[in-house]
Amino acid sequence: MAEDPITGIVCPIRLDYTITPGRAQTRFLRGLENGKLLGQRCPATGKVYMPPRGSSPTHGLPTTEEVEVADRGTVTTFCIVNLQFASTVREIPYVCAQILLDGADIPFFFVVQEVDVNEIRMGMRVEAVWKDPSEWGPTLENILFFKPTGEADAPRESYKEHV
Amino acid sequence: MRDVAVVSFAQAPNLRADRERNEVEIVMPVVREALDSVGLEQSDIGFTVSGSCDYLTGVPFSFVMALDAVGAWPPIEESHVEMDGAWALYEAWVRLQHGDIDTALIYSFGKTSLTDLDKVMSCQLDPYTLMPLWPGGISLAGLQASAMLAAGTVSEADMAAVASHSREAAQGNPAIPEAEGPADVDELLSRPRVAHPLREHDIAPSTDGAAAIVLVAGDRAAEVCDKPAWISGIDHRVDTHAPGNRDLTTCPSARMAGERAGAGRGGIEVAEVYAPFSHQQLLLASELGLGDGVDINPSGGALAGHTFMVAGLARIGEAARRIHDGTASRVLGHATAGPCLQQNLVCVMEAGR
Amino acid sequence: MSRKAETDENKGILTAPYVLEYSYTRSTGPVLGRFLSGLRDKKIEGIRAADGRVLVPPVETDPVTGEELDEFVQVGEVGTVTACSWLAEPRAEHPLDKPFAWALVQLDGADTGLLHAVDCGSAEKIEVGSRVEVSWRDERHGFITDIECFRLVGD
Repeated sequence: MAEDPITGIVCPIRLDYTITPGRAQTRFLRGLENGKLLGQRCPATGKVYMPPRGSSPTHGLPTTEEVEVADRGTVTTFCIVNLQFASTVREIPYVCAQILLDGADIPFFFVVQEVDVNEIRMGMRVEAVWKDPSEWGPTLENILFFKPTGEADAPRESYKEHV
Repeated sequence: MRDVAVVSFAQAPNLRADRERNEVEIVMPVVREALDSVGLEQSDIGFTVSGSCDYLTGVPFSFVMALDAVGAWPPIEESHVEMDGAWALYEAWVRLQHGDIDTALIYSFGKTSLTDLDKVMSCQLDPYTLMPLWPGGISLAGLQASAMLAAGTVSEADMAAVASHSREAAQGNPAIPEAEGPADVDELLSRPRVAHPLREHDIAPSTDGAAAIVLVAGDRAAEVCDKPAWISGIDHRVDTHAPGNRDLTTCPSARMAGERAGAGRGGIEVAEVYAPFSHQQLLLASELGLGDGVDINPSGGALAGHTFMVAGLARIGEAARRIHDGTASRVLGHATAGPCLQQNLVCVMEAGR
Repeated sequence: MSRKAETDENKGILTAPYVLEYSYTRSTGPVLGRFLSGLRDKKIEGIRAADGRVLVPPVETDPVTGEELDEFVQVGEVGTVTACSWLAEPRAEHPLDKPFAWALVQLDGADTGLLHAVDCGSAEKIEVGSRVEVSWRDERHGFITDIECFRLVGD
């Protein structure tokens, strides 16, 4: 019996990497090991980048001054996730947010929990919930998630430049 | 055609593994040096274009992150090719022909130490009949070498002589600080084959690095540079992608690109050709008509230290450098891509407009 | 994808293993589909180019003129090595798990080289001009590895 003609094939690809973070991100990851969030300052504008990548993207200059930023900040924008992705380990729905940490000039991305998805809003004040220090390593996984602080919302003026 | 010149060139040291720096940290000082040496700022640049390979980093659109090294604010006119930086330079040259801008910055980077370059080379092959076998770049080059040896167009001694010269020349090149020590032909031939017929000296060591070039058009070139390297001809051509459909002992695309760029008009004093395997330098010299009087790869060439995505741009830069320092008046830079010299770009530069 | 941070010995430099692994599902189109279907049936077919040459594997368009090609030609299972290179240390993704030669094989009736592995024991046993024959895999699915490898004729 003749089989059907081949119309498609499946080609697996696997590539193995040994990734390295570079100098600036190494300092950032080392800071996390000690429960600190270390940003870096642009020598031209004074803005603090977090996480730092070693350069000021607006000026192409090395960022050499290290600045510790707070583990609390303001939600600048958010997304309520209702889809189960293959790699998702969280129960849906959950909240992803851009968070402008106090002392930083660029928001960064994290999950917000312990908040009703109907309550999440721009300007909400949130703080990091860390793992037990005995479990800390050089990774952002030291932070489990962010949760509302209960403070009054930040005024839009304080973050509108970062939306 | 509008006159366009290479006015500056900078490169990072080609290191087997630059573990301490990420791509941005490697690119940033190189771009800075290329701009500083001609007194330009990013804000003076009309067009910025880069060349890199996302497979090396394992991150889609990784070239966007590399823009952090440039200072792309306010937003700049920018482009990228998933090719060696020499093709980025070609795009910049075409862009400058439009006539509305005078300056272009080209940079490229490759951090091959993160993964297995030979395996990445398989991913560029035909995905139905070649890539699933994972032949790798070294084995494909070995096939080409065996075909050339069988045809008698090269000998193993010829290949060892290329390697011996490359090692000798690289000793004087600070951009290749980890070059293998000098060795004569007999010594090299006494060593074992690692990918028969290739010996270790026939295969370029993979390195991490970056390079940057500034192109300036018209009278402005002479304002920023004492001895601009004027591009008198530039062309790139491609052979069919399947190695089995080609006569690997010849390279029609290199020959045609060379002819169209003016390589055959004679007078080439220095040629920097991108040959990551020793036999490929011999094939290129033949196809580009580079006779005995031409100083080929005085930098040591890619054979001494091969930064994928950068080596072609660096060849153009190394050749231009000979005009910048006044030691040559007509030079050739060559770049290749694809398996077994499939794609070839030739850039001829002269001291006079 | 998996990540786990480690420290590069003595230097304090962080490194982490990172694996990129995925499968592409590709349409073959009629030309390669027929070639791969042929392999499943132990049959190797090429295609005739505008200049009369038979290209194996077949291609959809003429490499010189660009015109569409459609004349399939069955070629032999025996051929001549036109280029070869030894692989001393094969890896998991390679067609054979012991040292072998890569070769371009011009099958009888074909004018181009098919890339595959030749199981010949050592680098010295194969050279340009060697005659080799197909060794088929028992279970074939319409994939280039339905050809398990080539072997020297008479081996």
